[in-house]
Amino acid sequence: MSSPRAAKSTASLRHRLAERGVDLSLLMLLPAIVFTTALFIYPFSYGIGLTFQPYPAVQEQFGGGVLANYRAFFTDDFLFDSVWLTMRLALPAALFNVLASIPVAFKLRHRFRGKKLLTTLLVLPITLGTVLTAQGLLIFAGRQGWLNNFLVQIGLVEEPLKLVNNYWGVMFSLIISGFPFAFLLISSYLSGIDPSIDAAARTMGAGWFQRFRRITLPLLAPGLATTFILTFVLAFSVFPSARLVGDAMGETRVMALMAYRAFGEQNDYPMASTVAVVMGAIELLVVAVVLLWRSFLYRGSTGGKG
Amino acid sequence: MASQTLTSPTPTPERSRKVRKGAASRPPGQRALVASPTTWLVWFAVAVFFVFLLGILVSVVVDSLGKSWFGSWLPEIFTTSWYAAAWERFGMAHVIGVTLLVAFSVIAVSVLVGVPAAYMLARRNFPFKRTISMLFLLPVLMPPITYGIPLATVMYNMGLGRTLLAVILVNLVPSVPFVIMTMTPFIEQINPAIENAARMSGASMRVVFTRILAPLLVPGILAAAVLVLVRTVGMFELTFLVSGPQSDTLVVAIYRAMTAAGGGESRPLISSMAVVYTATMMLILVVALRFISPTQLVARVKDSRDD
Repeated sequence: MSSPRAAKSTASLRHRLAERGVDLSLLMLLPAIVFTTALFIYPFSYGIGLTFQPYPAVQEQFGGGVLANYRAFFTDDFLFDSVWLTMRLALPAALFNVLASIPVAFKLRHRFRGKKLLTTLLVLPITLGTVLTAQGLLIFAGRQGWLNNFLVQIGLVEEPLKLVNNYWGVMFSLIISGFPFAFLLISSYLSGIDPSIDAAARTMGAGWFQRFRRITLPLLAPGLATTFILTFVLAFSVFPSARLVGDAMGETRVMALMAYRAFGEQNDYPMASTVAVVMGAIELLVVAVVLLWRSFLYRGSTGGKG
Repeated sequence: MASQTLTSPTPTPERSRKVRKGAASRPPGQRALVASPTTWLVWFAVAVFFVFLLGILVSVVVDSLGKSWFGSWLPEIFTTSWYAAAWERFGMAHVIGVTLLVAFSVIAVSVLVGVPAAYMLARRNFPFKRTISMLFLLPVLMPPITYGIPLATVMYNMGLGRTLLAVILVNLVPSVPFVIMTMTPFIEQINPAIENAARMSGASMRVVFTRILAPLLVPGILAAAVLVLVRTVGMFELTFLVSGPQSDTLVVAIYRAMTAAGGGESRPLISSMAVVYTATMMLILVVALRFISPTQLVARVKDSRDD
């Protein structure tokens, strides 16, 4: 700061940077970036590196040098089938949760007596958590549970239905934990749509279906895509319920279980990372497809993050 | 924001707007008594959902209170001894202490780290903004187990495995981006003119934050904190990968009891533990929902028009 020249040049550099939005306040971003890098980017890259360092046993069995882990995953039916088993659970569950939330959110849009109570009740399952849901399903929908008791008593079925320890048990638990979440998101997206647009359409004589099809649905679609992605992510990594209410070695042998088996039971960290990385890749593929579809939709002010 | 959702329903012109066709004979504000078929269907579906939900909840509660319950509608003997037994058997006081400690540390750190970042993303334009927001979005988009396994491997290599610190750190991975993602739209809807006025009157960045923004942000931060709390207490996958006997949170302890070698612990014992877990969570959530509405994070002020 001794010579006016130097002072001028620093000021101008600072000024030029500030014009592009670079100044000291950007430091506020720093902690978050450091956190994400240290706890997410670094371990993830490390994990990807680990997948190329297979254990000798895997290399011997499947060959393929550094790619032995991937070779093992794609050629070993026991591992590879888990991809299909996971998709078979996650896609229908996510679709159902989103589609079922739309009419419910619609009906609960207006103010009525007890709305707050009903919303609270719908949100409560989030508190149950997967473990209690699993325990509850085992008792409630089990062979001797109330549900089967009731169905047999009213004569709807003769034999108790097998609803747990198979595909359906996991499906129920995914719906019970995923539906409230989808409902919450969709109803907030719905409340972000300006009702005057709907009112304008109504003034011009549009029926409820026309209004829904032409006005609300296009405005809601980006929100639906986001909700679908988030519920899909939840359902895709299903793990405790697949073990507790599912058939862990059969119908619901999902990828997360395979990854954990390699990690915790076999202590084969490279293989565990491989399953995890493949899982991430498949999941990102689905997300990318949905996002691509979403990019063709209306993007503008819907009030939500759409 | 909080007061907005709680305002008393004053009769506004919008109320009478909702009166349907053929309702001329009714005074404005009253609805038809007979609902449409779609409405019935929706209510029926909601009812079925609640039957399932209640069945699950009540059956666990009954199981935790009953003895010798096989096939009949209700157990033969009712007792509270399972709770005492579970409390002793699993060291519940310690487990609950660990759970709360983890949850509140995660909330504190993720709010302190996340809110400033959310502020920058909401208010400023800077180079690589898209890349940085993508960086924050990724951990929320990925299933926890995909990054949890590499992260847990790193933690075990560093000797952090099975420690409390590791449990807190892994739970921060989804929480920090979550706070950023929820707070960014919340900050966007705060009128920047307020901050500009404060700055023009000579307030520094720090003063703007503590005196102007902080009070305005409180509802948003509370909502985000509650959601982080619920997520952290309920987070199974990540915690399970790095926790050990001394650092198990409640969910993980229950899971371990359910899957313990030799067929697991006896069912009512686990049920009573699960009831304690759910009761805690519900208490938190009901108290929180009295004060905040989680939808206010995504929804903007438009809400009031439709009410």
